[in-house]
This record gives sequence, C-alpha cells and structure tokens, in this order.
Amino acid sequence: MKGNQISRICVALFFVALLAAPAVIKRISAGRDADRWKIDAKTALARHGFYLEEVSHAAGINFVHQSPKLDPKLDAIMPEVASMGASVSIVDFDRDGWPDIYVTNSAIGSKNALYRNMHDGTFKDVAEEMGVADVNQPGTGVSMGAVWGDFDNDGYEDLFLIKWGRPELFHNDHGRGFTRVTEQAGLPPRINANTAIWFDYDGDGLLDLFVGGYYSEDIDLWHLTTTRIMPDSFEYAKNGGRKYLFHNLGNGKFEEVSEQVGIDSRRWALASAAADLRGTGHPDLFVSNDYGVSELYFNDGKRFHEVGERTGVGFAPKSGMNTAFGDILNQGRYAVYVSNISEDGILIQGNNLWVPKEGTTGNGIQYQNLARDFGVELGGWSFGAQFGDLNNDGTLDLYLTNGYISLDRHRSYWYDFSKVAGGNSSIIGDAKNWPAFEGRSLSGYQSKKVWLNDGAGKFVDVARAVGVTDTYDGRSVALADLWNRGVLDVVVANQNGPLLLYRNTVAPENHWIEFELEGSTSNRSAIGAAVTLFWNGQQQVQEVSGGSGFAAQNDRRLHFGLGKSPQIQKALIRWPSGKVQTIDNPAADQLHKIKEPV
Amino acid sequence: MSQQLSVPVLPPTAPVQKKPLFRIDNRYIAPAFITCILLAGHLSFGILESYQKTLLAIVTSILLELILGRIFFHKWVHPASAYITGISVGILVRSPAFWPYALCSAISITSKYVLRVKGRHVWNPSNFGISVMLFLAAETVATLSIQWGNYLWPMLIIWALGSVIIWRLRRFHITGIYVVSFIAFAFLRSWMTGSPWQSEIAPITGPMYQLFIFFMITDPKTTVRSTKGQCLVVFLVALVEMVMRLDQIVYAPFYALFIVGPIAMLVEIWLDSRRTNFTKLTVVQ
Repeated sequence: MKGNQISRICVALFFVALLAAPAVIKRISAGRDADRWKIDAKTALARHGFYLEEVSHAAGINFVHQSPKLDPKLDAIMPEVASMGASVSIVDFDRDGWPDIYVTNSAIGSKNALYRNMHDGTFKDVAEEMGVADVNQPGTGVSMGAVWGDFDNDGYEDLFLIKWGRPELFHNDHGRGFTRVTEQAGLPPRINANTAIWFDYDGDGLLDLFVGGYYSEDIDLWHLTTTRIMPDSFEYAKNGGRKYLFHNLGNGKFEEVSEQVGIDSRRWALASAAADLRGTGHPDLFVSNDYGVSELYFNDGKRFHEVGERTGVGFAPKSGMNTAFGDILNQGRYAVYVSNISEDGILIQGNNLWVPKEGTTGNGIQYQNLARDFGVELGGWSFGAQFGDLNNDGTLDLYLTNGYISLDRHRSYWYDFSKVAGGNSSIIGDAKNWPAFEGRSLSGYQSKKVWLNDGAGKFVDVARAVGVTDTYDGRSVALADLWNRGVLDVVVANQNGPLLLYRNTVAPENHWIEFELEGSTSNRSAIGAAVTLFWNGQQQVQEVSGGSGFAAQNDRRLHFGLGKSPQIQKALIRWPSGKVQTIDNPAADQLHKIKEPV
Repeated sequence: MSQQLSVPVLPPTAPVQKKPLFRIDNRYIAPAFITCILLAGHLSFGILESYQKTLLAIVTSILLELILGRIFFHKWVHPASAYITGISVGILVRSPAFWPYALCSAISITSKYVLRVKGRHVWNPSNFGISVMLFLAAETVATLSIQWGNYLWPMLIIWALGSVIIWRLRRFHITGIYVVSFIAFAFLRSWMTGSPWQSEIAPITGPMYQLFIFFMITDPKTTVRSTKGQCLVVFLVALVEMVMRLDQIVYAPFYALFIVGPIAMLVEIWLDSRRTNFTKLTVVQ
C-alpha cells in the first residue's frame, strides 16, 4: 500500500515535470539566442567579424515603396491581396565596374528607381532619364520585381520587369538608355507574376526567361468580374497563374515553350531560381510556391522533369516565398533555402533548408530539411533571403527579411485569417468571404534574421548585434559589394517602407576573392557559370544567378570570403557551354575579371 | 486546431454461437478507422509533419500507458486507447520539432492517471495535452486546421464515415446538437461582428474540425452519461466557444471543451455521490 502511494506521488511529480518542460526548453533556447541583443559596432566587429550600418539617406537614397491599390471590390482585404511588389536587383547597367541598384514601386503612377553608383559612396536615381521609371502607368499594371540578363549578348544587361499586368522587356542601349521591346519579343499582354529568372536552359548561349504566375493571368486585378480570385486552398491550391518559359530565338524574339518542355503548373509561384544541382551541366529549376508544395524541375537540356516529391522537397505543403542556393558546408553542393510562415501558437510551418542527403547524387539526389538542426527554421512571416559570406570567414551566412503587414500594433488579423484559411475551397476562394482587415496587423513589426554560419552546421542569429534593427515589412534582399571593398553589403526592399542599404564593415584580418565572369560561347552574362574555389583544404561553389531569393537578384560578381591566412589552390570555372577552366593560385583580396576562353 | 480524436473504444465483442469467417475485436475498429484516415490523408495530402513524429507520439503514448497502467492498476492496460491518443497528437500537433510530439503524448496519457476524481479522469486526454501545449509552448506548437486540403471530397468522406460510426455508437445526437448550435452561433456572430457569415461557418467545413465534432466531443470516458446531459454539455461547449470566438481566440473549440468538459464531469460525479449518499441514508433508515 505504502509502495503504491510512493509510486503515485512519483507519477504526480513526473506530471508536474512534464508541464514544466516547455518553460525549461524555452529558457535554454533564450540562452542560446543571447546574441540577439544589440551591441556596439566595435564589439560586433570583434565578436562576429562584421557589422552593418544603415546608410541609405547618407548614400542619397530616399526611396519609399507604395503598395498597389487594386479593384475596390477587394478593399476590405486590400492589405493582404496587395502585399507584395517591393523588390531590389543589382546590376552594373552601364558597365563602369560599380554595381547599381534597381528598385520597383507598385502603386499606379508610382515610379521605379535606378540608382547609379557614383563611386563616392552615393547613388543617383537615373531611372527617369534612362526610361525605366514610369512603368506603372494606368492600364499596364504595376511592378513586382526585376531581373537583369544580357539576352542579346551585346555586353549590356537588359531588364525584364515582373508585373501584375503587362510584363515589360527593356533593351539596354549600351548603358545610355533603355528601349522597350516587349511586343517585338512576343511577350503576352498580361501575367500576374512575382518571380522570373534568366537562365540558359538549353545551353545555346542565349538567355531564356522563366516567369512564374501568382494570380491567374485571366484576372485583371483592377477590373474584376468576380471576387473568386483567391487560392482555393491554403496548402493545396492549384488555381494560380500559369508558368511561362520563353525560349530565346536569338533575333530579339522569344517563343513560349513551357508546356512542350514539361513545365505545366498552376500553383501560386512566389520565388524561383536555377542552378546546376546535379552536376549535369544543365541548370535545374526550383520554384517555391505559396499555398502549396515546392516544385523542383530537373533539366536534361531539352525537357524538364518535375521531381519535387521524389527528391523530398515537394511533399509537405507550406507557403514558399524564397528560393536561394548556398554551399553552406563547403562541400561543393548546394542547399536550398525556402522561406515560409511561423507565428507563435498559430501557424508553425518553419522555413526549409533543403540539404542534399549524404550518398545521394545525380538523378538520385535526395534532400532533407535540416532547417531546425542548422538553426534557420523560425523567421516569422519570412520573405526574401540570400546566402553570402558577410564576415569573410569562409562560410556562407544567411540574411532573412520578414514581416507581412504592419498596421495597428495592438490588433491582429490572425484570428480571422486562420478561420477562413481552414475553410472549404468555396469559402476561402472568394475574397468577399474574407473578413475586413480594418487596420489590423498580420505578423507585423518583426525582427530580421542575420544568421551567422559557424561552418559546422549551426547558424546563430546576430541581427541585432550587428546592427540590423529595422522592423519594416521586408520583402526582397540583394547582396553586392557595392563599393568594391571586398565585402558584401545588403540592400533590402520593404513593402510600403523605405529601401534600406546596410553598409558592411568586416574585420580586416579576414580575406576575400571575387570573380566577374563574361561568357563568349556561353551567354555573355555568364548566368549559370559556376566557380568552385579550393583553398585551405576546403572548397565552395557559387553560381552566377539570373535571379534568386524573393523578387531579387544579387550582383553577378561572385564573392568568396576566405578567412585568415588563405592559401588558394585553384578556382575551377564551369561555363554554361560546358567548358571547364582552371585558374591556379588566384590572388586573394582581388576582383578577377575572367572571360570565357573561345 | 487541436485535441484528441478520442474515438469511442468499444468493449470486446461478446462470444457468439457461430464463428464467422472473419471477425475483428471491436476494440480495434476505432484505431483502425483513425489509422485509415491518417494514411489516406497523408498519402493524398501529406498531412503529417513526418512519419517519425507521428510514430514518436504513438510510441510515447503506448509506452506510458503500459507503464502507468502497471503502476496504478497492476495490469497491462489494453493499448487501443493510448494508440488513439498518440495518433491524435500525431495528426493534430503541428511543430517542426520532435519533442512536442513526445511531450504532448506524455502529458495526455499522464493526465489520465493523475487528474482523477473518484476514479474517473475528467479531461479528455489529448484535449488536455494539446491545450496545455498551446498554452505553454505556443512558440513551437500550433494546430491550425488546414492540412487536409480545403476541398469537398475529404469533407464528405469524413462526414459520411464519421456519421456512420457515431450513429452506430448511439452518440450522433452529441454531434448533431453541436453542429446545429455552432451554425446558429455562427450566424449570430456574423450579425454581431459584421463578418461575412461564410467566414463564421468556415471552420466547421475544415476536415480537422470535423474530427473534433465526431470523435472528440463524443468521447464516452469524458462525457456525462445521460443523453439530456450530453446534449446540454455539448450545447454549452458551443456556447463557450462562441464567446471565445468573439474574443478572437483561435483555438476556441478546444479551449471550450477543455473548460466545459471537466466541469460537466465534476457536476455529474458530485450528483452521483449525492445520490449514493441519499441511497445509503435511505437504506440505513
């Protein structure tokens, strides 16, 4: 009897311990996140090897994004349906050797900006004089993003403007201005897209263009005939915009070939990127979809094969909003980062870090989500993210921006959102069934993440410690060595908010190397060219990208941090044409300009 | 959404004169049904976070049930009920981490043995476990009811199968009263708040909510015995849920059951004890 009582007391104590467990786990996690506290620049430099200083005003940038205002039938939920459009892409449009910045605006009548790098720490908006500012005119739709690629191989990067409405292609007239060539190129009159990338999918030396639709292209968002425009499911929606693959014919014209090459999807695409994930020499295509699973298309050079489910990345549906590739373990293989939604106590999707499984390669490659193990899983309502070595220590770090709708701090829309999101498709799919927003926030005012990679499989958030304290509704992130100093600066486009320019200062003992590639047989932008750098017994691969992250494009120049005392063995360049070039013992702390050997 | 799919577990079938070709112990019907739903949902929609997490929830649940049953009752308890609790946790908990699955199962099962009044446990185990997790570990756990698609056919299948099973178990009146009350309160909320009525009805059209109304609120172990009492209690659950929804509480149905369920049980236990005392008194007199 006595023994029985003791057992019962033990079980009761065990029960109390179970109830206390979440608090204990929370406390341990809090200790781990101690570096989230703000510290001064000097300490940040000593502790983390870098700090970021927001210098947009000092650099002459005073850009504030404006959201679109769509058909009045959507007024009740306008903050939600018009919650995207802020984007940033990096381009050296005038080939002066200094990266410039292009940013989009999204209100009808608002203007995009092209910030020319003045080489003195400042930028000047030249979009108006270059002819790429007034692109949000009534009846033509509004900008959602921009990607740059030299589609005619004349040496100057051309501009594809992603829009809700009429997409636009601008030819770069040798850095002196832009000519609109949309009709000549054969682009359709309307695509409601949020993502596009340049890549040479068939290896013919000409850049092709992938565009992923979000809202259906049948919908004129300013003149709705129905309010049934919303996704028909929160996680399984297939009523979004179609996908386009514009094959470059080489005469200024493009032919739409998506269906004939195997891309046929109506999921709600929000982000895409291409890279040679299997070492085949052909760029594979990764599409992150909102309201559903991600799609991975293996490219055999002629056709695409959707293998999302087979490879593991396309099974659990979430709210994909970002696609970025990074060789995070310096193994010569890319991991893929897809951002999703996490809101305490309501929706914990968690971001995905798809890492290739050990022992799987080629067509048999399999991915596992290691976001939690690596510490990059929870980032709020996450949007754009990019990999880059922010402290030049030789490993790729991760910058993530987030925050969906910041209105009234004290009133949340989450209850109404979750109520409808769980409903039948006939309810969720009709905008008139959604309760009015009434100035409430939805995952607003969120702290950003700057995850520092320790190189051994752990990332630590140091955002506040290194000076990233803004809480705007971040959308798009781009990285570039803006002032040719051998460090990666960060540009962030915020919805309804200012363009932020974080100037990076890195501890001088860490070294770096950069590559600027130019194709000859391959496309001249060298998009798809991969550099594998071997130094100090390790390797890291990076690829020139025609668009990545969320509505973003990093500088085409590839930046490698090297850490202290680097001994560089070689740089191996794999060009899209298939040529492989080796550069032995390239010097550190230099930009290497390399042209593809003919 | 949250809680348990505490499908009523039937007693073993009575001996029969003629042995049928194929016979299944009634205790396995409910677990088999839940397993079918789980597999169908996962193979068609990928509803689970992962097989491993669900397995962890089930294994934790069964192991604890066996251990605690041994400690408290000195026998090996049949694992069907624990299996259902585990699988409920596996379906309804949404977390990127592994530990919440184990912890939620452990809390659910242990609550059955610790939180007892006059030999009866008063909380539906997984309702208790998931509610506690939502209170205490909100940064890691959620149960938003969106993971079974938002289409018509899964809804119809669950409505049909659920209705058949609940009817057979003579508990359909509980589900019926709840659904009628919910819909009436939805229109009332719509009138009060100005929200579209479709948005107020929306939750009940979600598959996870259907599991709640068919299997959670009908759990025989944690519902009162009289039919009238059951109707009253489930109406009160809907009423409390309505009040919570007006306060924009996302997990209102589960918190409502968390509050109303044990109170109803305690009232019944108190009434039982009064009745017993009265009977004893009468016998003595």
